[in-house]
Amino acid sequence: MIKEKKIKITIDGLAIQVSADQTIGKVARANNIKIPGLCFHPDLAVQASCRLCVVEIKGRKGLYTACSTKIEEGMDIVTDSSKIRRARKVNLELIFTQHCEECGDCIYKRNCTIRELAPKYKVNITKFPDRKKDYPVYKFGPSLIFDSSKCIDCNLCVEACKAQNVCFLETRKKGDFHDVVPSKDKNKDCIYCGQCLTHCPVGAFEGVGEFEEIEAPFQLKDKVVVVQFAPSIRTTIGEEFDMPHGSIVTGQLTAAIRQLGIKHVFDVSVGADFTTIAEADELIERITEKGVLPMMTSCCPGWVKYVEFFQPEFIPNLTTVRSPHIILGGLIKTYWAKKEKIDPKKIVVVSIMPCVAKKYEMTRPELKINGLRPVDYVFTTRELAWLLKKRKIDLSKVQPENIKDPFGVPTGAGVIYGASGGVMESALRTACGKISGQQLCPINFKQARGLDGVKKATLTIKGKKLKIAIANGTANAQKLLDELKEKPKAYDYIEIMACPGGCIGGGGQPVPVNAIIRQKRANSLYSIDTKKKKRLAEDNSIVKKVYQDFFNDHHKFHQVCHTKFRRKNKEVKT
Amino acid sequence: MPKDIIEKLKSANLLGRGGASFPTYLKWQMVKDTPAKKKYVVCNVSEGELDVFKDGFILENYPTQIVEGLKIALKTIDHSYGYIFLRKDYYQKYKKRLEKLTKNLPITIFKEKGGYLSGEETVVCQEIEEQILRPRQKPPFPGQTGIDGSPTLINNLETFYYVALIAKNQYKYTRFYAITGDIKHKGVFELPLDWSLKRILKETGNWLVDQDFFAQVGGGASGDILLPSELNRSINGVGSLIIFDKAKTDLYQLMERWVNFFMKENCDKCTPCREGIYRLREMIKQRKIESEVLKDLWLVLEETSFCALGKSVATPFRSLIKKVLT
Repeated sequence: MIKEKKIKITIDGLAIQVSADQTIGKVARANNIKIPGLCFHPDLAVQASCRLCVVEIKGRKGLYTACSTKIEEGMDIVTDSSKIRRARKVNLELIFTQHCEECGDCIYKRNCTIRELAPKYKVNITKFPDRKKDYPVYKFGPSLIFDSSKCIDCNLCVEACKAQNVCFLETRKKGDFHDVVPSKDKNKDCIYCGQCLTHCPVGAFEGVGEFEEIEAPFQLKDKVVVVQFAPSIRTTIGEEFDMPHGSIVTGQLTAAIRQLGIKHVFDVSVGADFTTIAEADELIERITEKGVLPMMTSCCPGWVKYVEFFQPEFIPNLTTVRSPHIILGGLIKTYWAKKEKIDPKKIVVVSIMPCVAKKYEMTRPELKINGLRPVDYVFTTRELAWLLKKRKIDLSKVQPENIKDPFGVPTGAGVIYGASGGVMESALRTACGKISGQQLCPINFKQARGLDGVKKATLTIKGKKLKIAIANGTANAQKLLDELKEKPKAYDYIEIMACPGGCIGGGGQPVPVNAIIRQKRANSLYSIDTKKKKRLAEDNSIVKKVYQDFFNDHHKFHQVCHTKFRRKNKEVKT
Repeated sequence: MPKDIIEKLKSANLLGRGGASFPTYLKWQMVKDTPAKKKYVVCNVSEGELDVFKDGFILENYPTQIVEGLKIALKTIDHSYGYIFLRKDYYQKYKKRLEKLTKNLPITIFKEKGGYLSGEETVVCQEIEEQILRPRQKPPFPGQTGIDGSPTLINNLETFYYVALIAKNQYKYTRFYAITGDIKHKGVFELPLDWSLKRILKETGNWLVDQDFFAQVGGGASGDILLPSELNRSINGVGSLIIFDKAKTDLYQLMERWVNFFMKENCDKCTPCREGIYRLREMIKQRKIESEVLKDLWLVLEETSFCALGKSVATPFRSLIKKVLT
């Protein structure tokens, strides 16, 4: 291998020796030198549009943007001077003319970059009138709101949408300006993944209802309101309370929800244990009975929408097993309701999800059981945190509590669902056991882990080869689909998550997010799994009990655990 | 024949005629020296500045020489493919004639979709690639990474015209001047490079003797404003000269025309250009110049704009306000 070329540069007097072919911004970040900026996100291509990260290079005229200027041997860079400060101040004032502030209701209420920069650069935020005060608010299905009066035209959302191979958001000239708008093309639709939201630096996107609607179910009288929280939430919501990335707060979360007056708290990871068993069974059935292969996971509603809209020929490949919170919601309104002698119509199931696409999934009519939706409300990690803060419940100070019976605690398999590869790993732990009659696979299935966009492996179980692939991000998923169009038998089982890193990188999670944060969130999920005594879904006692007492009625099993998909036309009106 | 053309371009000191005045031989050398399986040569006829029309004149009168210059470039640069990149109306008018002249040559006559900004060389590449019409980060320059990532030579058509003359040793150190405004003899004139603006106006019979006037030089929106006493120098950038009779000119209307042009033609990618020009327009509309705010806007436009369009906006306004308005 050729030895990497190192060059010497200076930033603010600090001599640094680094490999060539990187930007000033990257070197500065690595050396903890803070340069302000809005339009750079490490997940996406350099935009160089906000023009806040300007620096000076000694011996050269003018200002240079750190995000886009490559370092060169001997470069002497200055990141602060009166000229730099003035240019940043003016550009910030111009940015504020685009952004109609609504700070109290913003996903960046806690950590807004422009609000932090304003006093630092002595910005007069109302120097110019709001240019966008009459700009429209767009609603993308039941999932996302795009308030274009907050948009600062950095283009990151368009780039994020393109990186998802969706291209629903685009830039179009309307009157005097090019604005970010949803596409009118009938062949382009939103998949509700929310990557626009997690990459927007100024909170122009939010989940539908964020934050106006979360209080409603908690005020319902004459109802039994129950709350269930998704696997990934336990390692992400702590961030909203300034805890370190990846803080594990399962017990605190349970206790905090109870402090909201909710008696019955459920862990969706238990639902995941049910999904795992049903999905492993379906995989074995498809393999032994020559069903449609590869089987593809379907617990990610953004991915399901992607298939139904963009690639409907792969609908038969999707497992018909319902996603964990839908299964658990269904069990709550059937099995649990009967056990507790509660009229299912009186039960209100609230899901706390890492995801805005789950707001859409919840409304799918085919999920109804005896006319009732399994889940009545979906709120994001951010929305729950907002409510807790409003009720002065500080998650970082709450005494942890355990989830009680009947659904109790999940296995490790159900917890790792929140990271890309987790569903596959859980299902394989179970499927391997069922096929071979013994625990053959290594329980830590390392090839399935990590943030790589596409992961591939071949397993040998009882002399038979099982080819698997895992993708996160729908553009990576598309690569696998393209491969399948060439070689239909390339894989037997595929896991897809629409968001980078899986649910820990979901559109309902705390912002900001990047690969390092996603890795910490995922690592913590795996560390929970490692410490669990029970790490196979089938070892969960409630799973065994429900299969014995309730799912022995095949109709009930099917009602609660399976669903169907269909080709979709464009849903979002644009 | 064009064995030593790059040497000839160097000794003739030919500078690009699209406005940036970059030494032509350096561009050619860079594209020639960058190793690649495929390269491109683009003759840029995107002419988009207000009141500048010299490209149209050259296209009308010298198409053979332009194609000749392009052919020399294609021969000089290995594995190269050519484009003639034409403004919409030029495409409609000259397509047939150019197709005849380029028959059997590896040249595409290309119809530009965008406007003024599409003449910027990275946007030329974006257009030909059918990508969004916004400039790319430089470096890398198109000479290294242009169309489809291949080294791409982009020259104004006037440059190609003079390449053809230089190859035949017929270059007389002239350029084309588009002269217009409140004068009698409007038109395009091929005149020596080193003539002063004053001499050009006098020799073309356009020197205003009895009226107070000012000139806009090097572009009909981005050109610098010069007073009669400042016309003892020769032209830089694009060859255009617009004369304004001071008594007849509403200065705010003039500025409004410029600012509307920039509002229409910019791509809205970067903050200073998108928002700065808008604030400038609001100010001009209200006929109220706030000089402190303007100073701020000029700073961010000139120093922090992504591309040359934003960087060039301040010039005409600042010079007009300073020299004529006050």
